Amino acid sequence: MEMRETEQQDRVLNSFSANALTCIRNDVVLFSGLGFRLDCGEVLQIQGPNGSGKTSLLRILCGLALPDDGAILWNEKNIHDHRQDYFKEMSYIGHVNGIKMELTALENLTIAGALAVTNQSISLPDILEKMGLAEHENTPARKLSSGQRRRLALARLLITDTRLWILDEPLTSLDDYGRQLMRDMITAHAAGNGITVLATHDPVDIQRHKITMINL
Amino acid sequence: MQMFHNSTSTVLIAVLKRDLVIGLRHRSELFNPLVFFFIVVTMFVLALGPYETTLRQVAPAVIWVAALLASTLSLDMMFHSDLDDGSLEQFLLSPHPLIIIVVAKILAHWLLTAAPLIVAALFLGLMVYLPQTAIMPLLLTLLLGTPVLSLVGAVLAALTVGLRGSGILLTLLILPLYIPVLIFSVATVDNAAKGLAITGELYFLGAILVLAATLAPLATTSSLRIRLG
Repeated sequence: MEMRETEQQDRVLNSFSANALTCIRNDVVLFSGLGFRLDCGEVLQIQGPNGSGKTSLLRILCGLALPDDGAILWNEKNIHDHRQDYFKEMSYIGHVNGIKMELTALENLTIAGALAVTNQSISLPDILEKMGLAEHENTPARKLSSGQRRRLALARLLITDTRLWILDEPLTSLDDYGRQLMRDMITAHAAGNGITVLATHDPVDIQRHKITMINL
Repeated sequence: MQMFHNSTSTVLIAVLKRDLVIGLRHRSELFNPLVFFFIVVTMFVLALGPYETTLRQVAPAVIWVAALLASTLSLDMMFHSDLDDGSLEQFLLSPHPLIIIVVAKILAHWLLTAAPLIVAALFLGLMVYLPQTAIMPLLLTLLLGTPVLSLVGAVLAALTVGLRGSGILLTLLILPLYIPVLIFSVATVDNAAKGLAITGELYFLGAILVLAATLAPLATTSSLRIRLG
């Protein structure tokens, strides 16, 4: 019981911040001196024209790429010094889905679960149902439409209980129902004190939660 | 809410199973190297003629060179599709050590490409008049040698993943690295055919395998981080 309380206290203290980030690609400065700080329940939306460095920024934030200058801190600790701890708490959905076409929807989620620290209280078929993929449990991903594949990729967010979501254009290919589902998921994540960073052109209508904007 | 941290072996088995399932559903990729292996050996037999003495002399070299060429065919795919569909990013962002995933992928690659090749080599050995006494040594050299091909191949496959024209570049880079395996394997089978001792060569092959198994997964892991970073 005591452990659970400390765990909850830890959760409340989550913070995600970037200090003076600089990114140079092909001798072009995409951004410099970029910084922000997000606390529990906050959402950061990154906007900007194509080629302005949104994906580069997200890849730097999730630890896939190194910034040319600056540091990213998760709970005040540099993510590159505490990689494993950071990856346990972070989910990244890139603009490519990260699903295998040869595998069925369920098999794709199973492997994602094996790679992550999973939330055992939810079953994978339940997650597929929530994402509107209940009938496609055993359908190979190559036979799914692009919107359904996007939903399958986003389903990865629900198999874990990560505190930080980094999403690159999460609404791409989604229909109205899928978009609403995604907004609901982000709202619920924020309500549960999770932090979300997303790059999208579409307005994210999430009431009652603070949305910070960065224009690249 | 109960959180569950998978053990290292769970991750290893999950990735191994994933790659095996994908490999088995991609039959053509599985069979192409095997067919290539058969064709190359058959070409030699056709070119040299059906003379037992000639074929017997070149048999170990022909089988091993054909096996090397066939195994390079499938290397490019080791990380390529994972890069294209974003799976590689997810591997790198997993809280589990990347090296576990890399080891599972190398193991899957060996099971999918080398294991069928070993079975085929035994049949082809008979076709090129390899003496009965050399069949077992051929099997041993393949068992010790082919894992080295997958291990060393993985390092270069990781280094060249995502490069334009990586397929041919990979073949050019990897074949010189296979020379030690080729030399010791062919010498083993040659000696066995002549009735000489083969333990020395087998020990060398074993040592190469241990060295590759120790260093290649580490080098592959670093290469992947460099390529994606």
